[in-house]
Formats: sequence, C-alpha cells, structure tokens
Amino acid sequence: MTVHSQGVVTSVPEDAPRKSAGESQTPPPSGSKEVLQRPRGRRGLPTGLLPYLLVAPAVISLVVLLGYPLIRNVILSFQQVNKRELITRKPEWIGVDNYKELLGSSDFWTVVVRSFVFTAVNVLVIMLIGTLIGILLNNLGKKMRLVLSLALVMAWAMPIVASVTVFKWLFDEQFGVANWVMRSLGFAGYEQHNWFETGTSTLVIITVLIAWGSIPFVALNMYAGLTTVGTELYEAARMDGASGWRIFWAVVFPIMKPFFLVTTFLEVIWVFKAFAQVYAMNAGGPDRGSETLPVFAFVEGSGQQHYGMAAAISVLTIVMLIAVMSFYFRLILKQEEEQ
Amino acid sequence: MSAVSTASAVAKGSAAAPRVPAGKRPVGKRAKVVGKAGKNVLALLVAAVFVFPVYWMFSSSLKPKAEILTKDPVFVFSPTTENYVKASGVDMFWTYVQNSFMVTVGAVLLALIVALAASFAIARMRFRGRKGLVLGVMMAQMAPWEVMVIVMYMIARDSDMLNSIATLTLVYFVMVLPFTIWTLRGFIAAVPVELEEAAMIDGCSRTQAFFKVIFPLLAPGLMSTSLFGFITAWNEFAMVLILNKEDYAQTLPLWLTQFNTAFGNDWGATMAAASMFTVPVLIVFLFLQRKAVGGMTAGAVKG
Repeated sequence: MTVHSQGVVTSVPEDAPRKSAGESQTPPPSGSKEVLQRPRGRRGLPTGLLPYLLVAPAVISLVVLLGYPLIRNVILSFQQVNKRELITRKPEWIGVDNYKELLGSSDFWTVVVRSFVFTAVNVLVIMLIGTLIGILLNNLGKKMRLVLSLALVMAWAMPIVASVTVFKWLFDEQFGVANWVMRSLGFAGYEQHNWFETGTSTLVIITVLIAWGSIPFVALNMYAGLTTVGTELYEAARMDGASGWRIFWAVVFPIMKPFFLVTTFLEVIWVFKAFAQVYAMNAGGPDRGSETLPVFAFVEGSGQQHYGMAAAISVLTIVMLIAVMSFYFRLILKQEEEQ
Repeated sequence: MSAVSTASAVAKGSAAAPRVPAGKRPVGKRAKVVGKAGKNVLALLVAAVFVFPVYWMFSSSLKPKAEILTKDPVFVFSPTTENYVKASGVDMFWTYVQNSFMVTVGAVLLALIVALAASFAIARMRFRGRKGLVLGVMMAQMAPWEVMVIVMYMIARDSDMLNSIATLTLVYFVMVLPFTIWTLRGFIAAVPVELEEAAMIDGCSRTQAFFKVIFPLLAPGLMSTSLFGFITAWNEFAMVLILNKEDYAQTLPLWLTQFNTAFGNDWGATMAAASMFTVPVLIVFLFLQRKAVGGMTAGAVKG
C-alpha cells in the first residue's frame, strides 16, 4: 500500500479523497481538485498518529472478530475434532484428510450440485420477476404505484425467521391455506398434501419464500433506476417506431446494465449463503434432502459433531463465494473508475 | 411476460400522449384504456400476492382457536387477543425480549462509536494503508457469517464464552460495523470541508469542529445506519442458534423458530409470536424504505 506517500506525515484534511477511495453514494463536492492545505489549529496529538488512532478500534475489532475466525476456520479444517477431541480439547492434526474425504464423497457433490441449482433457480426467478415488477411500477399511476410499493415493502421488511414461520403455516399439511387454494382451483390430491415430503419439494417452498422476500428489493431498485432513465429517450425510441420489447432491450437495458450485473451478483451471494431460510424451514430435512452448503456444514458440525469436517466444508464454500465476490468487486471497482 | 411488456408499451404511449397530437393516433385510444385497466389489475394482483403472507400472519394471530384450525380458511372472524396473551405469557418470553434488545442496542451503539472515528479518518485524512482499509471494509461487508458458525462456536467454546449476551453483542457489532463505516464515510465526505475549515478559522479545535459542525449534519446518516444495524442484529439467527443453547441467553428469533415446535399445532399463538417479532422491524422499514432504495441505486446506475 504505497498510496498517498506525500500525505503520510500530516493529516491534512484533504479535499479529494474519493478519487482513490471510490466514492459511490455522494455527489462530488465543490472543487474536487487536489488542494493541499496548510496544517492549522492542531493541539495535543502529533498529527501523524491521529488517523491511526481513529482507525485502530475498527481495525482491531475486524481483525480479532472476523480475520482471526477466518484463519482459525482454515486451521480447524486440517484437524480432526469429533466428539472425543471436543471433550479432551486436544485436536488432532490430520493434514488434508478432511478435504480428501469430502472431495471423495458423493454426498458432498450432491450438496454442491444442489446448492448451485438452488442458487441459479432462485436468482433467475428473482431477477426475472423483480425486473418485470419494476417495469410495472414505472408504468403505474401514482396511487397504484404507492399501493404496490407498500405491498412490496411489507414483504421485504418481514424478518426472515418470521416469514419462515408464516410459510410453514401457509403450507401446513392439515390446515394450510396452500392446500385450500389448490383444492379451490380444482386440483385433486390436496386434501392433506405434505409440501415438505421430499428434499426437492422443501427446496421449492424455500425458493418461493426467498423469491417472495427478495423480489421487492430488485423491483424497487429497478424502478428507482428506471426513473433515472429520461423520458425523452423512450419518446425518441417510440417516435422511431420501436416496440415496447425493443425499447427495453435497446434503450433501457444498456443503461440499466450495471444495475443488473450488481444486483445479480448480490443475489447470487445472498442466496448461496442463505442459512436461516433453509435451516428454519425444515432443518435440512427430510432425510438431509434439502441441505445446501451452509446448512450441510452446520449439520455436519453441530449435529454430527464432526467439527473439522464442517470447517473443511465451510472453507470450500467460502472459496466458492470468494470466486463470485471477486467478479462482483471487479464490477464495482470498474464502475467507480468510470465515474 | 408479454402481458407486462404490452402494458408498459401502452403506458409509455400514454405518458407521451400530451406531446403527440391526439388526432394522429385514433386507434390507440381504446387500447390505452384497456391497457391501463389491465396493468392496474395486474398491479393489484401482484400486491395481493406479496401482502398475503403478512396479512395472513396478522389475521391468524387475531383469530380464535376454533377459526384457525379449519379445513377451509375463515376470512371473517371476531378478533381476539387471546393468542397474544398466550404467546407473551410463555416462560422466559420477557428474558428473550430483553436479550434481543440488549444485543441489538449494544451492537449498534458500539458500531456507531467505532465507525464514526474510523469513517472520519477515512473520509478526511490521509494515511498509509487507507486504500487498503477501504477495500477491507468493503469486503468485510460481505463476510460469510452464515458459513462461519462452526468455527465461531469452537472459538467461543475454547474461551468459555458460550451462552453469553456479551459474546453475541460483540459478534453482531462486527457484523454491522463494516456497513456502518461504509455508509458514514459517505455521509462525512458529503459535508463540505469548507464548513469545517470555517469553524477552525473561527477558533474551533479540530475536535470541536467535528462535534459542532459535522456531527449535527450527520444525523440522518446516523439514523439510517443504526436502523439498518438494528434490523440485522434483530433478525440474526445462525449465530445465536449455535452459540447460545441455554434458554436464558437466547433471543427472539430462536424463540420464534422453537415456539412452533414446542406448541405443536397452536398456529394462532405462533402467528401472534411472529407478529410481535415483526412489528418493530416493519415500523423501522417503512420509515427507511426510501433511503434504502436511493442508496443502493446511487452507486448502481449512472443518472
């Protein structure tokens, strides 16, 4: 990190910090040229130390409570810590054995594939419906837009744990509304249909839950983004005889592309590491059939008491997440450079 | 899909209508009216789908028992508070409420103090490693906490910190810290340096300038970051699930998921519990919604 070498000794209030930091949320202030100011009116602390003192508590907390656990996680993944070792508190170093066992087991790969498919389906559904509802919002009158936004905010605001509880009730075997709806629509076999019968059916319900909770975010942001697209552009395209479909792909989409990419990656990350929705719904059951990677790690550790193995799963999951995130960060950084 | 895009095409026509001489497109008029009604109906339908689970939670929580456990749902009923009385009368309920508030408020306050100092330094000062720190904070925002529960359990166990409200507060504090720094940094950077300088010329020390000039201007930023922190900590489930297995140290989310199991089929009381858990968040959210949307898109779309 050899940035700003000239500014190391003094803590001059600087005028243009966001050039390098990549500011996203605030408009550039007046006169964002590099202007070096004379240090003035400083008492007590030597100026060179002040920024470090201010930053120290944050850095220390992040290192101790986030950095250390991440490293410890890797260490743990090279150890055998089962029920016995947990009690004796003497973990045994076994090298890459956990990883070998994991990569060689079909259970693990089943869960990996399941997590990928689960994430892909969720993100697809969320982005597709979210975008459509965003467009719909943009085309509504004031009153209807308020009604729809309020409904979306309600769903968005629901705490995950509460919404899981509600969905369990909606899809209850005996008295759930879902069965009644199916019966009313004339489908047979929904007298006491068990929606959580298999892992896949459980994951479908979880998908509905996650989509229901995430679509509002995409839709409302989509709408907010659309409002920044000038109406002149639509009009120009319309005058030129473009259809609604064409306008979307040729005018709206290119402008909204950064938004689409960022939101898609965010959703991928969020869905892939979703824990509460999956675990609280059916604890990964029935028969461990709805476990995604985070839940798999949790059950392997907390349930089966294979803590070393759980750490190995967690490390591999984090590696996958980092791969996705690196794309995401590159995207963000690129956008900020352009700005 | 096509329904929506047709609707949107029509809508754009109507938006553009004032500028286009009406006589030139006589055919479109009727389609416009139909399209408008169509998209309003669609909007209502979508709104109903999204609101229904929330509505069903509240309505079930107000129903007497006999009208909940029915084959066909009852939509008209005489509301009762018996479910709420039952849910809040559960053993330890007030302990959970207290724990939830303690960890939430503790984590948010701690994060605000620590983040205020750090974000001021990041936004206003130059020092070695600043860029690295910004990058670190950005990445820490995405920390995969849900996947780290096992190792957190091991660490807490090794240092005898299981079943502790303090541990949970610390963990939640670090969860909300990066976001808090990130947002406050933006708010501080938005305050013109000239204001601070003017105060300093008038004889303020730097500390005074911060507390008298910048701090008051940060009020909205402090408000929204702390509310977001509140929501994160209030809803957290995975950590408390593994760290605090003893009921005296548990929080409301855990209580809610177990409620259902403990009470078997008493969905009325369960929905009352869920409602009580949701209401504070709902209030905060309705209040925050505009800011959340604006903040996200400011970075995502160039206007």
